Amino acid sequence: MVTYTGAVDPPFRLSMLIYDRRYRSLTLQAIVFILVMLAASWIIDNTLKNLADLGKTLSFDFLFRRAGYDIPQQLIPYNSDDTHLRAAVVGLLNTLLVSVLGCIAATVLGVVAGVLRLSSNWLIARLMTVYVEVFRNIPLLLWILVCLALFTEIMPPPNAYRGENPAAGMILFDMVAPTNRYTAIPSIGMTNPPGTLALGREGISWAFIAFAVVIAAALAGRRLLRSWARRVQDQTGKRPTTWWISLAMFALPVLLLTWYFGLHLIPPVLRGFNFADGINLDNALVVLWLALTLYTGAFIAEIVRAGILAVSRGQSEAAFALGLRPRRTMSLVILPQALRVIVPPLISQYLNLTKNSSLAIAVGYMDLRGTLGGTTLNQTGREMEAMVLMMAVYLALSLIISAGMNIFNVRVRLKER
Amino acid sequence: MKKSVFFGSVTAVALAASGALAAEGDTLKEVKARDALNCGVNTGLIGFAAPDANGNWSGFDVSYCKALAAAVLGDATKVKYVPVTGQTRFTALSSGEVDVLARNSTWTFQRDTDLKLDFIGINYYDGQGFMVRKDLGVSSAKELNGATICIQTGTTTELNLADYFKANNMEYQPVNIDSNAEGEQQYMAGACDAYTTDASGLAATRASFADPENHIILPEIISKEPLGPAVRHGDNNWGDIARWTLYALIAAEEYGVTSANIDELAKSSNNPEVQRLLGTTDELGKMIGLDAEWARRAIKASGNYGEIFAATIGEQTPIGLARGLNAQWTQGGLMYAMPFR
Repeated sequence: MVTYTGAVDPPFRLSMLIYDRRYRSLTLQAIVFILVMLAASWIIDNTLKNLADLGKTLSFDFLFRRAGYDIPQQLIPYNSDDTHLRAAVVGLLNTLLVSVLGCIAATVLGVVAGVLRLSSNWLIARLMTVYVEVFRNIPLLLWILVCLALFTEIMPPPNAYRGENPAAGMILFDMVAPTNRYTAIPSIGMTNPPGTLALGREGISWAFIAFAVVIAAALAGRRLLRSWARRVQDQTGKRPTTWWISLAMFALPVLLLTWYFGLHLIPPVLRGFNFADGINLDNALVVLWLALTLYTGAFIAEIVRAGILAVSRGQSEAAFALGLRPRRTMSLVILPQALRVIVPPLISQYLNLTKNSSLAIAVGYMDLRGTLGGTTLNQTGREMEAMVLMMAVYLALSLIISAGMNIFNVRVRLKER
Repeated sequence: MKKSVFFGSVTAVALAASGALAAEGDTLKEVKARDALNCGVNTGLIGFAAPDANGNWSGFDVSYCKALAAAVLGDATKVKYVPVTGQTRFTALSSGEVDVLARNSTWTFQRDTDLKLDFIGINYYDGQGFMVRKDLGVSSAKELNGATICIQTGTTTELNLADYFKANNMEYQPVNIDSNAEGEQQYMAGACDAYTTDASGLAATRASFADPENHIILPEIISKEPLGPAVRHGDNNWGDIARWTLYALIAAEEYGVTSANIDELAKSSNNPEVQRLLGTTDELGKMIGLDAEWARRAIKASGNYGEIFAATIGEQTPIGLARGLNAQWTQGGLMYAMPFR
């Protein structure tokens, strides 16, 4: 055995920091690090100095003062006597609401459009191409404004539903009234309400909790059912039919609870200036949701298409040769492999959608940008604090989404053994 | 050795730059060096500040900008109009983007102190009102329970609205909008039952409608909205110049000095107050770092306060605002210039 020990290292000299390749990268990194820190300290110093010149100090006291303004859409109780902090939370919840709704709808739309773009039907495939290209290549803000203009100009005002011969009629069995302010939909009433669980300023109805428990139990039952079916299939080679059992597990308790609580729909009624009794879905939310969905859906469609195309044709041919039907081929062979390609870029689309929701101000949807970064910032004059807070919140949101999706990614990615 | 010199110089440059970038200084000097006045105005409110088809700004607030530019720079056209929304206006002023803010801004305690602004006077005494369509059948703001109301976000009107409805035990649904143009569009489409802002703004907005006769402004005025130009805290000399330019316009009306007779009066007037105002005796201008004829140029730019009012928002214009509270104190109004002495 021969061991080459190499030359003895020459003693360290200062010039080696630049001329010796072993040290050079370290030197450069150190210099860049120092420059970056200098730039950062300069920015911070300059900011603080300018704030001091203006006679302002960094202070977050304003969060605990009375907000004094109203917010159109609130998921938690809020009125103008509450603090700016609560207003910011109301805004944050509105951001989350439109983001979650948007992510779900954009995923559904994107998957459908992406699969259809690969359809062998020429017309459908081309239509989807047009959809993707049109929505991907026009700025989102314009789509938001177009949707808003469509909703405000085309839909009738609530007044049009008034009188003996109204100019506009309610749709879907007189249950839904689209207007240029909101879409009035029926709310759910109970003839036998079970009371509420008090939580802070507003409680959660026990009925809601009962439904949640029942549905969670049904989901767990479905899991057990499927593992039982798999065991039977492994032993006998025949998979028992289970769809009606799992359907019954969901439907029966839900129907029972509905009958017990006496659930029924309360249609919206025009009273005074606006519809009452029902739920008024603000157009700002609908418009923003629609625009975000259509825009992000176009990107997701391309990601899905790329994911499916990334699975080699041999895979589906092999599946067909084994006698798998097309639907099972898709769900058992192609999709699991395609998901590995789809999920990572999907994460960034979800992040984009969440961040893009801050364009809400264009339609007057009071999200975090509208409350904390809009009215609160303006009424208190705390630009720096409000901006820093908003950046921190959006950063935290993005990191949480990213972390969640990465966990999902780990579960679907190729398991190498 | 070399390295420490290098880092030393980097630090020195950084420190020097941070000093240079700090928004501190003598606004008068800056404006003169720039040879242009940056004036923050409304993004478009007919009568107060709006550009015409050729991009020339005109209006009540714009006239003040012109007067100030004439006083400081000797030329009423040397104004750069910076359109700012209700949300961006105070940041624009405190960051130094504009030298003076003449944008229907209400003088409030918090803005004057906490926001570090100095309101230099009041050029329009206003109050918040509501505009509705005639066919809505509403004749009082008290009947607006349950209504959907368009409101410009980031304004005092937003807070007054919340207070008014709360005090009267009424409900409402706000529709937040960013600019007057957007509010107009939403109101016209019927997306809100009522539009609320300062009564003068309502009159100006209504004047731009195709069918102004179908809209009414409700009689209730729910707040005091003293509107005036504002400058940054801290530069008192610039504040003085801005304040006394406004007073010069108001005083000129009181003493009957108009853009038509000003040159003649400068030569022939025996009124000592007019002589001081126009700089024929006592060089008041020097005390604020300007020349003797500063006020003369300011008044010549678009006339005295009364002339500006009549030409932009007065009863002869489509906006048709009466002088009301904004008449001279001698006529039963609140316009009162401090003595030029």
